Amino acid sequence: MVQLIQTFISGLSLGSIYALIALGYTMVYGIAKMLNFAHGDIIMIGAYAGIIAVGQAGLPPVLAIIASVLVCTLLGILIERFAYKPLRQASPLSVLITAIGVSYFLQNVALLVFGSQQKAYPTLLTLPAIHLGRVTVDGMSLLTLALTAVIMICLHLFISKTKLGKAMRAVSEDKGAAEIMGISSNRTITLTFAIGSALAAFASIFYGMTYVYIKPTTGSMPGIKAFTAAVFGGIGSIPGAMLGGIMLGIIEQFSKTYISTLWADAIVFGVLVIVLVLKPTGLLGKEITEKV
Amino acid sequence: MKKKHVSKNVLTLCAVAVLYAVIAYMLYSGGLKRQVTNMLIPTSVYIVLAVSLNLVVGLLGELSLGHAGFMSVGLFSGCLVSIALVDVLPTPLRIVISMIVGGLFAAVAGLIVGLPALRLKGDYLAIVTLACGEIIKNVITNLDITGGPIGLNTKPIYTGAKGLLPYAIALVFVTVIVMMNLKKSKIGREIMAIRDNRIAAESIGINITYCKLAVFIIAAFFAGAAGCIYGHAFANVKAASFDYNMSIEILVLVVLGGMGSVSGSIIAAIVLSVLPEALRGFSDYRMLAYAIVLILVMLMSNNPRIKALREKLKLRRSGRKEGAA
Repeated sequence: MVQLIQTFISGLSLGSIYALIALGYTMVYGIAKMLNFAHGDIIMIGAYAGIIAVGQAGLPPVLAIIASVLVCTLLGILIERFAYKPLRQASPLSVLITAIGVSYFLQNVALLVFGSQQKAYPTLLTLPAIHLGRVTVDGMSLLTLALTAVIMICLHLFISKTKLGKAMRAVSEDKGAAEIMGISSNRTITLTFAIGSALAAFASIFYGMTYVYIKPTTGSMPGIKAFTAAVFGGIGSIPGAMLGGIMLGIIEQFSKTYISTLWADAIVFGVLVIVLVLKPTGLLGKEITEKV
Repeated sequence: MKKKHVSKNVLTLCAVAVLYAVIAYMLYSGGLKRQVTNMLIPTSVYIVLAVSLNLVVGLLGELSLGHAGFMSVGLFSGCLVSIALVDVLPTPLRIVISMIVGGLFAAVAGLIVGLPALRLKGDYLAIVTLACGEIIKNVITNLDITGGPIGLNTKPIYTGAKGLLPYAIALVFVTVIVMMNLKKSKIGREIMAIRDNRIAAESIGINITYCKLAVFIIAAFFAGAAGCIYGHAFANVKAASFDYNMSIEILVLVVLGGMGSVSGSIIAAIVLSVLPEALRGFSDYRMLAYAIVLILVMLMSNNPRIKALREKLKLRRSGRKEGAA
C-alpha cells in the first residue's frame, strides 16, 4: 500500500513534467496544425541555459529561472520565424521534416558547444522529504506537482479569460474567419510558440532538478514521450495534454515499479499504439470528418 | 511518354550496374583502399533502405519513422538463423536463406505496424511508426536470444566485404527493379492515387486496406533483408543502434534524393555515405550539416519564387520539345 501511494505520487510528478511539455506540443498543433518536433530540444537548451546561469554566471536561482525562460522563449520565436513561417502553405509532410531538421540542428549545435559529456544541473534548492505516516514523499516531486498545477491554472485562465487567449482560440478554430475579425494570425502563432517554449523552460527546470544530468540528447526522450502524451490525450486539446501527460507518467512509473524498468518504454509506447488504434483521435481529441 | 519512362529506368539500372562492376573489379583485383572497402556494404544497405522507405514516403505519402525497427527485426532474425545454420549449409545458400528469413520476419513486423496504420494517417501515423520502432528496439534489447544489451555476437557468420558484395549487389538490384516496376504497375498507380486523394481513390474502387498493407509489408521486407546483410558485415550488433535517429537518417536520404524518385534515393545514399568518409576532419559537423541541409531543402522546395522559376523552366523545356517535334 505504501509503495502504491509512493509510486502514484512520483508518477504524478513525472506526469506533470510530461504534461508541461505536452502543452507546448498541443498548443502549437492546435493553432499552426504542425508537430513541433524540436520542442523536446528546446527543453535541453533551457537546461543548459540554467547550468550556465548558475554555474558560470553565478546568478541566484530566481534569476537563473528567468534566464532560462527567456532563452527558451526567444529560441521558440526564432525557430518559428526562420524555419516554420516560410512553410505556412506547404504540405504537412514538409513541415514535419523541417521540424525534424530543426531538432537535429539544436542537438548538434549543443553537441558542438557543450560536448557530449553530461553536465550536472545545479541544485537550485534542497527540499526535505516529507513523511506522512509510513509514506515518504520526495519534496521535489511535491513541489513539481504544485508548481505545474499553478502553471496550468494560469494557462487555463489566460486562454479562457484574456483577449489574447480568445484570439488564440479563434485562430485555431478558423484562421480565415479570425483574420476577418482583425486578429493577426501570424502574431498569434508567434505568441503560441513563445508560450509553448516558456512552458518548456519550466519543464527543463523540473527535469533538471529531478534527473540532474543533462546532455545534448536529453531533450529527445522526454520530448517524444510528451509528444506521445499529447497524442494520447488528443492533440490540439489543452485538457487532453494535461490528462495524457499525467496518465502517461503514472503508467510509466507503475510499470517501472511493478513490471520492469527495462520494459517501461515499450509499455508506454504500447499503450499509445493501442489507444490510437481504438480511438484514432486520442482520448479527448475532436473527430474531424473529411469533406469531399 | 511511356517510352521515356522505361528508358530512364533502364538508364538508372545501367548506371548502378556500371558502378558496381567497376567497384567489384577494383575490389577483387585488390586496388581498393581499406576505407573504401569497409564502406561498400553499409552504403549498399543504405541504398536498399532508402529505396524501400521511399515506397512509403514517396509513393504512399505517409511518414514512417520506424524503418530502422524493421531493419533491426530482419537483422536479428536473419543473423540468428545464419548462426544456427553456420555448420549445416554452404555459405552462399546460408546467406540467401537468412536474408529471406530476415525479410519475412521484418515483413510480419511491417504487417503488424501496418494494421494500426489503416486507421491512422499523417502525424498520428508518423508517431505510431516511431512508437513501434522504439518498441521493437526495446523488445530486442531485452530478449536473451538476441544477446540483450551487450548485443548479438555475429563473429561466427562475419563475412568480409569481398564475400558479401555479390549478395549486396543482388539485393540492391532486386529492390531497385521491384520498386521501379511497382511504380508503373496497377497497384503502384493505385498507391499514388491514394496519396493524391484518398477519397477519390476510394470512390473509384481502390482497396485502400490492401494497398497500404502491401506498401508496409514490401518496404519492411527489403529493410529486413538489408538488415541481415548489415549484420553479416560486423562482429557484433546492438539493437540500441537502430533507434529512431537511424530511421530519421534514412528519411533524410529519401527527402534529399527526392520523394518518389528511385534514382534520387540511390544517389543520396551514396553521396551521404561517401561524403563523411571523404571529409574525415569534418566528421564533427556531419550531423549538423545534415540538419541544415534538411531544413534548407524543405525551405527552398517550398519557396514560391523558386517554385515559379521551376515551373518556368519546365514550360520552356516542354515548349522546346514540342517545337522540335
